Amino acid sequence: MAQAIREVYGNVLTELGEQNKDIVVLDADLSGSTKSKVFGQKFPDRFFNMGIAESNMVATAAGLSTTGKIPFVNTFTVFLTTLGLIATRAQVCYGNLNVKLGGAYCGMSDALDGATHHATEDMAAMRALPNMTLLVPSDATSTRWATEYAAKTWGPFYLRLSRDVYPDLYAPDYKFECGKGAIVRDGNDVTVIACGLLVHKAIEAANELEKKGVSVRVVDMYSVKPIDRELILKCAEETGAIVTAEEHNIYGGLGSAVSEVLAWAGAGVPTEFVGIRDTFTESAPYAQLLAKYGVDANGVAAGIEKALTRKK
Amino acid sequence: MPLTNERAEELAEQCRQFRVDVLTAIHGAQSGHPGGSLSVCEILTLLYQELMNVDAKRPDDPDRDRLVLCKGHAAPMLYRNLIEKGFLPADSMATLRKLDSQLQGHPSIHTPGVEMPSGPLGIGLSAAQGMALGLKLNGSPARVYAVLGDGELNEGAVWEAAMSAPKFGLDNLTAIVDWNKVQLDGTTDEIMPIRDLPAKWSAFGWNVVRCDGHDLQALCSAVELARATKGVPTVIIADTIKGKGVSFMEGKAAWHGKAISDEDYAKAMAELGGDR
Repeated sequence: MAQAIREVYGNVLTELGEQNKDIVVLDADLSGSTKSKVFGQKFPDRFFNMGIAESNMVATAAGLSTTGKIPFVNTFTVFLTTLGLIATRAQVCYGNLNVKLGGAYCGMSDALDGATHHATEDMAAMRALPNMTLLVPSDATSTRWATEYAAKTWGPFYLRLSRDVYPDLYAPDYKFECGKGAIVRDGNDVTVIACGLLVHKAIEAANELEKKGVSVRVVDMYSVKPIDRELILKCAEETGAIVTAEEHNIYGGLGSAVSEVLAWAGAGVPTEFVGIRDTFTESAPYAQLLAKYGVDANGVAAGIEKALTRKK
Repeated sequence: MPLTNERAEELAEQCRQFRVDVLTAIHGAQSGHPGGSLSVCEILTLLYQELMNVDAKRPDDPDRDRLVLCKGHAAPMLYRNLIEKGFLPADSMATLRKLDSQLQGHPSIHTPGVEMPSGPLGIGLSAAQGMALGLKLNGSPARVYAVLGDGELNEGAVWEAAMSAPKFGLDNLTAIVDWNKVQLDGTTDEIMPIRDLPAKWSAFGWNVVRCDGHDLQALCSAVELARATKGVPTVIIADTIKGKGVSFMEGKAAWHGKAISDEDYAKAMAELGGDR
């Protein structure tokens, strides 16, 4: 089965709202898109449509959190992490407040709207903020966990959510852990460390390369901050080559986070970075964009082959 | 209730002493913002020492009143008021802007009594709005005060909150604009003319009260009007003088953020009766 991540998020948020009356939800006139509307229809008294005013929305959430509320803040990823950034930094993170940010249309998932609406540097910004936890769900089950975990855990959270439909990856009873990654496909020759959509693209690439006799391990690094250092170092040691894969600029996101761990430990192995190569994107159907910007299964496979060549 | 004459005199004396102590701390740090700290003196002192329900012994009381110093650069005057309320030790003023101090250059939430970090302008009113929304949901009688600068009104985000607070009917929220008419680079008329400020707030749906921001009785009446107003938030537009109380600082943009020399410090102390 496959489910739209935003739909799952909206439904889980509504379930959580049923269980916990302190949960409040804010949106910036995109609640029909982010699916926070599902919560708003059920709990109109705890839903605040702030209009198209992201800075006001995040700062309002900061204030709400000081009265015991647990605000979930929603809009397109790109607007949340740019227009909402000053309040995220100066109030939410500096104040270590209990605010949850849901970036609804990550990467190029708002494909046809073009470069202005794509979020390809959000992880760089959010990852650099002290006190922030950054989770990237890769299927319905991990979306449910990330949303529930953010609701019950004190502090600033950024959930990198997609407009898109992702195939199911985890069993409903899978035990996720903040600060951990998951080996979702084992292999010996190289490890692809991916997040979000790219976990699925990596699995596709691995399945193709298996036919050529290449054994690829795939890690879902659903917790980008804090990150699973132990697992990264183990994969570097056991497979001798790393490919990072993300729907994000190759600068500042998952690839940077993984490289930092390898460099700190002096454990560098040949590493390739699959991602958007420091360029602005464009309008097109999603699949065409993923192909053109090198973040589909072919892009991951190319990265794997380069890494393997360097490993030899 | 209006202030008794005796109480008004006590508060006026406190304001004089707070001006002395704030300038002493800024002089000691050789850095800080004298002008805006002096202009906001009566506003903060009246709220903290007379009107607001805050108690250092119950800092987490869910029904405490809240104040967000949106113009965070006036932090020394906030700190002096928090000291008077018992949130901070009296000798902490001397640590302003120094390493490991509780008194940061701009307010940090980790400082006892501070409700929200502030300094970056434009987002404080929104945070105060969030507090007011949460308190209403909780059925709390607490009130929220947001103290804004006039240079801060250049920030567009202020007007996002100006638009949204009336939508939510936040009559537990009072914004107070410290309208001293001077910002860092010059007068507000030179840098970014604000034009008809009361009309702007009024057009957004706020109850607008204008008063002399250095007149404790007038400020007290304005806050009481705000408390009595139902259904909409109130903004108090307080006419103030940047650098109020020190003749050579008054109305001068140069004193927005400037270290105070020993000579100027001595002159200021003489004017304020600092050795009293």
